[in-house]
Amino acid sequence: MSKDASPPPDIDVILARLPYARFLGVRAEAHGDELTLVMPFKPPLIGNPSLPALHGGAVGAFMELTAFAQLSVAARLTRLPKTIDITIDYLRSGKPVDAFARARMVRVGRRIANVHVEAWQNERAAPIAALHGNFLVTEER
Amino acid sequence: MPADPEIADDAPAFVRTAANMMGKFTPHAVAIGFEVVAIARAKAVGRIAYREDLIGDPETGVIAGGVIIAALDQICGMAAMAALDELTPVATLDLRIDYMRAATPGRTITLSAHCYKLTRSIAFVRALAFEDEEGDPIANATSAFMLTARPAQS
Repeated sequence: MSKDASPPPDIDVILARLPYARFLGVRAEAHGDELTLVMPFKPPLIGNPSLPALHGGAVGAFMELTAFAQLSVAARLTRLPKTIDITIDYLRSGKPVDAFARARMVRVGRRIANVHVEAWQNERAAPIAALHGNFLVTEER
Repeated sequence: MPADPEIADDAPAFVRTAANMMGKFTPHAVAIGFEVVAIARAKAVGRIAYREDLIGDPETGVIAGGVIIAALDQICGMAAMAALDELTPVATLDLRIDYMRAATPGRTITLSAHCYKLTRSIAFVRALAFEDEEGDPIANATSAFMLTARPAQS
């Protein structure tokens, strides 16, 4: 992880370049190098229309993007990380409202980063899902 | 229009009439272009076609990992439902995905899931994502689903 003094890359610029992030409608709120990602609610994110509940896959994808965004900013990566493995725990059904997620980098090594992500909606203390995963962050693949 | 899914003789009877087993009532599955290819007892096969708006990394053109997450979650849930005699909603408890390699840009991805163990309240499902054959997987998923209680008749 480089310790250069240059400002962290602009996360909105990074997200705007990613077709799938645009597809989900994800945007970021940055406070220095701390990021909160926002997935504004829209009907195509629904998995179960009778509840209704967000699709688990959409929530999982949103948390994986949050890990990417946090790693790109904090570890100043010039390329996107590659996911090695992820485990998602679904804690509550996602309501048809905006979702938020924040990532904590547990360890960032030269090649591998271990990241933990939590997603919530109206109540920060009541997460709807959590993800932890290992990501390849080396520049040569 | 995609062809109707192939339904094996051993598939639960409700599969033939329940449109939500076909993913058509799952808005997010529709949004990513998920299609059901085949359903058998405790097994489900689906696919997603390559689409530019689903690209994860514009430098490589590889489809986003998130699309694979959503498609694997969807196919695992369908295999769990196909293991049951009656139409029962299921909810994902956890989902672990190992990514073996990047998907090939331009190729359709096939997803194949098997509910290998069913208890009274939980379905355990594994799945693979691949292009040509299961022996060369893009990703492997293992998951657990909670069988949600059917609403009481009033």
